[in-house]
Amino acid sequence: MNHDIEYMKNLARQMRRDIFRMAYKAGGGHIAPAFSIVEILTAVYMSGVLRHDPQRPDDPRRDRFILSKGHASAALYAVLAQAGYLERDQLDSFCQEGSILGGHPNMLEIPGVEASTGALGHGLGFATGIALAGKLDREDYQVYVVIGDGECQEGSIWEAALFASSQNLSNLTVILDYNKLQAMDTLDNIIRMEPFAEKWKGFGWEVREVDGHDIAALLEALEPNESQAPRIIIAHTIKGKGVSFMEGVPIWHFRLPDDEELKIVLRDLEMDMQELVGS
Amino acid sequence: MRNAYIKAVYDMAGIDRNVLALVADNGAIVFDDFRRDYPEQFINFGISEANMVSAAAGLASCGKIPFAYTIAGFITMRSYEQVRNDVCLQRQNVKLVGVGAGMRYSSLGPTHHATEDIAIMRVLPGMNIIVPASPREAYAATRYAAEIDGPVYIRLEATKEPEFYPEGYEFQLGKGIVLREGSDITFIAAGSIVHDVLKVAGMLAEKGIGARVINMPSIKPIDKENIVQAARETGIIVTVEEHSIIGGLGSAVGEVLLEHGCGHTVFRSLGVEDHFCKGYGTHAYMKANNGLAMERIMAIAIALSILDR
Repeated sequence: MNHDIEYMKNLARQMRRDIFRMAYKAGGGHIAPAFSIVEILTAVYMSGVLRHDPQRPDDPRRDRFILSKGHASAALYAVLAQAGYLERDQLDSFCQEGSILGGHPNMLEIPGVEASTGALGHGLGFATGIALAGKLDREDYQVYVVIGDGECQEGSIWEAALFASSQNLSNLTVILDYNKLQAMDTLDNIIRMEPFAEKWKGFGWEVREVDGHDIAALLEALEPNESQAPRIIIAHTIKGKGVSFMEGVPIWHFRLPDDEELKIVLRDLEMDMQELVGS
Repeated sequence: MRNAYIKAVYDMAGIDRNVLALVADNGAIVFDDFRRDYPEQFINFGISEANMVSAAAGLASCGKIPFAYTIAGFITMRSYEQVRNDVCLQRQNVKLVGVGAGMRYSSLGPTHHATEDIAIMRVLPGMNIIVPASPREAYAATRYAAEIDGPVYIRLEATKEPEFYPEGYEFQLGKGIVLREGSDITFIAAGSIVHDVLKVAGMLAEKGIGARVINMPSIKPIDKENIVQAARETGIIVTVEEHSIIGGLGSAVGEVLLEHGCGHTVFRSLGVEDHFCKGYGTHAYMKANNGLAMERIMAIAIALSILDR
């Protein structure tokens, strides 16, 4: 597949600006966890990897994307706007009264959202059911799931991982947002997940590791799965990617910058005050 | 009830390939016919109830009708957040089936009893709850559940429960069934303990007390009309269930009474008090040891009848 990487990089930059504006207008949000997956979502949604049609969000043959780490909903809404499920203006309603765009995604209300996630450790199990249905119905749709690294501390992730490999769910692709941070500290200082790749291999999965901010590398890893096993792409990412002082700093898991910090955000994201507050 | 349930799923699987039997590694032998005849529609999730429920929700989102079956306490409690978020919040068409409810797995002890399951399922938005009292009711309710587009919890006991329905009995959601008429007192019960209550009603008749017996398999939605009518006509309502008195059938009936101007009704909820079930032994022993002896039900009914005069 031929991809215009520069074009997608631009989309990713725009997504970060959208995410920040949404959170800024809402007065709060999970900015850093959303920045972590911007390139991942761009690669899945904006490159033709995900076979979907915003005009037919209920098409039974569509590929499915599930954001299991639902707290990064702002990133999902931003890419859904780019993909044509939402109007750009709608993003400004994020977490506002009367909006359908909440701090965690709601599949009953938002077109293009496949699962109401938020409580961690649910999206992968749900996705295994969708993948199994595809196998039973001999449909060739693919199921993509983004999970968090801290989320892998939930036992339910590993129940689903065992089930997926036992059922040979080769139509299931997990992308692990491995930013090495959770809400309070590094994973290493809380619950060690290394050796991560070996764990997934041991659970019967096809494992790839990539730089999660390198769109070309992500696209290569997302080429069709030739294996009989489900696959996981361990995407090495930086939490808060794109804003210098947020990158890799745990406290930015859920926090808004003050006035001085705001200036740096605008500089880093290449946006001006007008774009931030304008409607 | 268990065999009736499996028979119902088997019968449906032959008609509709979207009907799936999900298990969490329980049901050796009894599922053999199903496994042999519909191997693709039988999925064993192993000992991972939470994942079974999550995956069931995913299957339902693709048009499948999954019946997720395991021990009642496990399907409702181990998987509770999955039931809440993946099934109910997303309004997925998943049928949860709990076996061995109440104290039916008597000697296996409280880890294998389910005496809080109705309470925790009742509070979940959109969840329907069916508690069959006999094998034919279990069969009919299972068939019915497949026709409802939405989550259903079917609370089964085990095997060899007596039957009081004719062949071809049709279950109706939200309807109680008057099994015995009476104008002095009304029993409302669910599950196989309905049989005990019918015996108690027979003994009360010998003492000149006319007891109405309502089987209430549909706990949610519940038959408000039947309850209100019984309260108005008999003045005394006694609920009987193999479940905690907190949050189950008794609570549901009590809410209906208060909300429909029947607050004057003499009301008593019989079930397991605020404790885990005590003792080991037969099912009958367990019921007797935990406040549900027929003699006790009868004594309470007599006392209430005297007080009401």
